[in-house]
Amino acid sequence: MTEMTGARALVKALEREGTRHIFGISGGSLIPICDELLNSDMRFILARHEQGAAHMADGYARVLNKVGVCMATSGPGATNLVTGLATAQIDSSPVVAVTGQVNRAVIGSDAFQECDIIGVSASVTKYNIQAMSPGEIPEAVKKAFHVANTGRKGAVLVDIPKDCTTESADIAFPDHVAFRGYTVNAAPRPEELDWAARILAGAERPIIMAGGGVITAGASGELVELAELLLAPTATSLMGKGAIPGDHPLSLGLCGMHGTMEANMMVPKSDVLLVVGSRFSDRTTGKISEFAPNTKVIHVDIDRSEIDKNVETVTRVVGDAKLALRGLTDRVKAMRTTQTSSEWSKRIHEFRCEMGENGEERPPYLRAPKVVRALRQELPRDAIVTTEVGQNQMWAALHYDAYLPRTFFTSGGLGTMGWGFPASIGAKAAKPEVPVVDIAGDGSFGMTENGLATAVEEGLPVVVVVLNNNVLGMVAQWQRLFYDHRYSAVKLKGNPDFVKLAGAYGAEGVRVGSYDEFRAAVRRALKADVPTVIDVPIDPEENVMPMVPPGMGLKDTLMEGA
Amino acid sequence: MHTVSFLVENQPGVLFNVSNLFRRRGFNIDSITVGALEDPRVSRMTITVDADPKTLNNLLDQLDKMVEVIRVKRLDPLRTVRREMLLVKLSTRDPMAREDALRFINGQHGLVLDIDEESIMAEVSGEPEELDRFLGNVKSIGIVEMSRSGVTALEKGRLTL
Repeated sequence: MTEMTGARALVKALEREGTRHIFGISGGSLIPICDELLNSDMRFILARHEQGAAHMADGYARVLNKVGVCMATSGPGATNLVTGLATAQIDSSPVVAVTGQVNRAVIGSDAFQECDIIGVSASVTKYNIQAMSPGEIPEAVKKAFHVANTGRKGAVLVDIPKDCTTESADIAFPDHVAFRGYTVNAAPRPEELDWAARILAGAERPIIMAGGGVITAGASGELVELAELLLAPTATSLMGKGAIPGDHPLSLGLCGMHGTMEANMMVPKSDVLLVVGSRFSDRTTGKISEFAPNTKVIHVDIDRSEIDKNVETVTRVVGDAKLALRGLTDRVKAMRTTQTSSEWSKRIHEFRCEMGENGEERPPYLRAPKVVRALRQELPRDAIVTTEVGQNQMWAALHYDAYLPRTFFTSGGLGTMGWGFPASIGAKAAKPEVPVVDIAGDGSFGMTENGLATAVEEGLPVVVVVLNNNVLGMVAQWQRLFYDHRYSAVKLKGNPDFVKLAGAYGAEGVRVGSYDEFRAAVRRALKADVPTVIDVPIDPEENVMPMVPPGMGLKDTLMEGA
Repeated sequence: MHTVSFLVENQPGVLFNVSNLFRRRGFNIDSITVGALEDPRVSRMTITVDADPKTLNNLLDQLDKMVEVIRVKRLDPLRTVRREMLLVKLSTRDPMAREDALRFINGQHGLVLDIDEESIMAEVSGEPEELDRFLGNVKSIGIVEMSRSGVTALEKGRLTL
């Protein structure tokens, strides 16, 4: 026990959890904490909006597989975090938010900058906790990190009244926290593995679908080993991108609304579908009754509540993806001899169609798929890419091959426009030595572009590729395809000049008019010590294809716009 | 109708989190009762819910996942005692009505808690379906006011939560 203020207790507790970076914005209720941070080696990265701070912490967490910390003041600061927490939570990213709160005596009185953030954040966090005395702060922090970073990871919020941070008390730092109601059972049950392995070993047309859980569990090696053993073509969800190298012969790419032809054609034809660490989002399955109607679905997930939630399974394995895949591989190996080729896996080539390279050029526009493919060629294999949401996200998912896990990040579940840029700043803070590129659209970038100030100030030279069609492209695509070209509330006529915008922040800005200029701009940007915004004019009429029309099954995938 | 019991940490906000879960996942619950256990750090909640098996399983899993929920179980319908308490005030200005009211209350082994010139207040307990029947019987007498506690339940014999 040592006597110290709550603010110091918080800072020490964060340090004890291994925190190196805090993304946030100060405010009235945080002043004692920020003052105490002057005595710490932790780096406070000052965002320009709390939503951006939360996304930065999220991007940081996804890159390092470690808790990302964000901080905001009471009231509006805290409510501004909500989108960021919801984004992290649904994508199972370990983020801890620390929020200031008004003094204990005035809680509930609608005091200045008071908001019931515990109530507000309850639906978008895995857990939240309010420390009501300085002595409770270390345990609250310990609990928050433990819950955020174990089991199915997620967002946790710790709310601290200001007077708890100024008051002194005898403080103890617990080494462990115990929850009677929260246990993490990572090890799968042997009988579940046995049963699943028997079904897999007997499969004639097996498919594996890998979700974000494979990446979280660090199970890519095990995934590829099992895929090769079964000769199972392997698709990914959006969150699973990178779980199997995009250039692996068994890789099918993305499955779902904007999945590849080979993934969307083969998944419904499979007789056994092994789904690992994916939750069958409606965007992944298409019309659920046509997703895999004659398929035995085996679901591996650490979160029991995901099993049978959206898709009926024949059997389940509850547990950590790495342990589960290891266990399945060992069992399948014992049950059958290794094959070297199968007719089924060769059918990938039957369905694969050339995407992206051969569309019609319409100067002065560049074609987005070709830009994304050029970007891939200019970046090293371990480069990190984040995306925004909308057409840019789907072009990135379809045309940017991720070769390694934890190199492709996107707001898959919540679909948060404006996520990619601040997330890229968090990613760069996590791995300064690796090139980090945000594949953006003009609409999304407009939502969090003020992060340029942070990136410049903190010396985090990320690259933003703005696929600029001056329109909210994905909504416009739906209006074009399903609403008879009736464009409503999508045209962004007032977009700024992104080159000048970058310049105004002290970043580099460049507009490109050809693929060669684009490649040159990327190469320059990778060498720059300030962030670079590359403005790429693309055709507002261009659609993301393939596409499964909403409400249809995967087999109804269209290659061309109607 | 299924009966689900679960133990939770007896902390502020837990009831909010539980009901918030029901709301956002779209589970329609019929009743909920809460009370602390012999260990005051733990509360037992009991809900009744009408749900298909898939929804019920998901509800159990979602509850189990909550950090504050210690244990959750669907109680075996064949081996569970389910009880509910009803407080009801019946209009008894008419002497005949008073006779009828007392007859129904006694028939259900109820307790008369208060009597004045105009009404009788009674406490009646039993299985929720019994209370439904009781209320059907006394409806014609005239219900001034009523309050039901919601169902609480325990499994028989060796079965425990």
